Amino acid sequence: MSNAPLTNETVHRVSFLDKASLHIPILRILQADGTTYENAVLPVIDKALADKIFDTCVFTRVLDERMLGAQRQGRISFYMTCTGEEASIIGSTAALDKDDVILAQYREHASLRYRGFTTEQFMNQMFSNEKDLGKGRQMPIHYGSRELNYQTISSPLATQIPQATGVAYGMKLQGKRNVAICYFGEGAASEGDFHAGLNMAAVLKSPTIFFCRNNGYAISTPTEEQYAGNGIASRGVGYGMHTIRVDGNDMLAVLAATQQARAHALEHNAPVLIEAMTYRLGAHSSSDDPSGYRSKEEEAKWQQHDPVKRFKLWMVNKDWLTEADEAKLFERYREEVLAAVKVAEKLPIPKLDEIIEDVLDKPTPALRKQLKELKEHISKYPKAYPKSAGRL
Amino acid sequence: MAQMNMLHAINEALSIAMTADERMVIFGEDVGHFGGVFRATSGLQEQFGRDRCFNTPLTEQGIAGFANGLASYGMTAVAEIQFADYIFPAFDQIVNETAKFRYRSGNQFDVGGLTFRTPYGGGIAGGHYHSQSPEAYFTQTPGLKVVIPRNPEQAKGLLLASIRDPNPVIFFEPKRLYRASVGEVPAGDYIIELGKAQVIKQGSDITVLAWGAQMEVVEKACERAEKEGISCEIIDLRTISPWDVETIAKSVTKTGRLLINHEAPLTGGFAGEIAATIQQECFLSLESPINRVCGLDTPYPLIHEKEYMPDELKTFEAIKATVAY
Repeated sequence: MSNAPLTNETVHRVSFLDKASLHIPILRILQADGTTYENAVLPVIDKALADKIFDTCVFTRVLDERMLGAQRQGRISFYMTCTGEEASIIGSTAALDKDDVILAQYREHASLRYRGFTTEQFMNQMFSNEKDLGKGRQMPIHYGSRELNYQTISSPLATQIPQATGVAYGMKLQGKRNVAICYFGEGAASEGDFHAGLNMAAVLKSPTIFFCRNNGYAISTPTEEQYAGNGIASRGVGYGMHTIRVDGNDMLAVLAATQQARAHALEHNAPVLIEAMTYRLGAHSSSDDPSGYRSKEEEAKWQQHDPVKRFKLWMVNKDWLTEADEAKLFERYREEVLAAVKVAEKLPIPKLDEIIEDVLDKPTPALRKQLKELKEHISKYPKAYPKSAGRL
Repeated sequence: MAQMNMLHAINEALSIAMTADERMVIFGEDVGHFGGVFRATSGLQEQFGRDRCFNTPLTEQGIAGFANGLASYGMTAVAEIQFADYIFPAFDQIVNETAKFRYRSGNQFDVGGLTFRTPYGGGIAGGHYHSQSPEAYFTQTPGLKVVIPRNPEQAKGLLLASIRDPNPVIFFEPKRLYRASVGEVPAGDYIIELGKAQVIKQGSDITVLAWGAQMEVVEKACERAEKEGISCEIIDLRTISPWDVETIAKSVTKTGRLLINHEAPLTGGFAGEIAATIQQECFLSLESPINRVCGLDTPYPLIHEKEYMPDELKTFEAIKATVAY
């Protein structure tokens, strides 16, 4: 099989390819007014699915608004929103089976919500209290849930990409009819792990969906300083995988593309790359101020492409939703999130004994000694360690 | 002399170095117009142009490999890795390439003009991916210098020395002091010699050794100890590799005791290397076992950060215990 056939025609004068040689269309189903394009092929969707998607959109908007507020008040130390990217994240997750494994980057809490992560669980993680599934070890927004097949977030970028290839390959070996989906931004696609993950998936035939949120910025760096080629989609083609570019602010387009990507991945045991063209309406994180590197006019332009609004108009057009329903939903979630914040921030932090758990499967003798010494020290100076002194 | 914070001092050092050396370029994630996420490179793109201060794509491996190439071709390369926690994708390029360029080529090629700057350390509620102190990993690799400043004046002089050193340097910047540490900084161009520790305070009962952000911690601990009648000699190691054995050994010969403090986990931390060497150099002068106050052997935890840290109180207790041994 060496030198697998490259179906080349022969030419006899020098002729280079460039990024324009590759025509990559963009899938768009929904128009700005909520009607669909005349010849558009819709995804598989009924009212129940649409309701669930919209519900997740509203919850996510509320969560982002409230938690950014909580960060500004100093109640949590850090936050990241997915404002503007809801269609990319929720539309793709909605196309999956609940046993498909999600390996997210850090901006995909909407996926976790779609799967059923409760408001209380979100708060427990963000407030690092004793109910946090991650035991208070990571910054806010680094969620994970074994039960919901959502692997815990790691801050270093792109590390999840080759891991997704491995997860999906494991599924294949175990005979599961499932895929792994891996989310990342166009910035993370510059990391070496991106190349490694895609190349291995394509060569080893691993049923992985690589989902790129091309949202315009990696912190302050705009796409034109990130890559010079034809976006991220061109690279999928380069690695030999099925690739599609979609309007990332179009819920129906993302849903349709991901449904078919999943079917293809399972049918052919092959990876698929989806590039969703969207825009990060918010800051990179609560530590960032985008006014230093992009204009208000640019942001205002993208406000007009609000993915939640576009999907809402579609539902309203179908008589599946009213403005009153939407207002009620926002109100309900605002109250729910606020109430959950009040509960979560009062719960104690994880017990000190947990500090040495999970380093390895069992604490080593050295760790047990360190904990013992630490406890003795804290007992001597309880006022200096107020969060744990009372719970030794 | 002007009062400034550490970020300002670093920015000034970079500006001075670029002015003096037309071949110097600065690059990394968001370092261009934005000035870096901590703003250490603010204004440099405006001052020196986009060819000399620019954003790279988001690839630490790429940044380090690119820096190796630039420096091997006679440029002065100052590369920023946005957080020291993110230096590991670049690990192969740094430990196998940067560190060995000169040795493997019989000194035909080198990347001596290369400096990596990277914010390290905890105490900022950053959890384990924004808090690590990875200096020891690099000290196991011959061919690199590892430098960590403790305040603005030191940062400026040590950074200028690092950039001009004919060897590759990893310059770890204590991020929790970036704005918190303010002090007098000499105007203009000056360097602080690499490879030299600094005795910041003379004492007779115990030598307390640390570097970077932990210097503030050990100074406070020593103040407490002084009140209990213990005379502490405080040393800032400044260059972790190659380290100044002579200054430390001389001090320990005088005081008879040594306490080493660092933020990285105890096991495999650089304190172990120092303890082994000083034990050999000063065995007959030692009056108690060499003591270490370090991070726990766990990943850096978010909510138990205070408990994890080798803080002032733990250091104070260890000083007392060592002196009373």
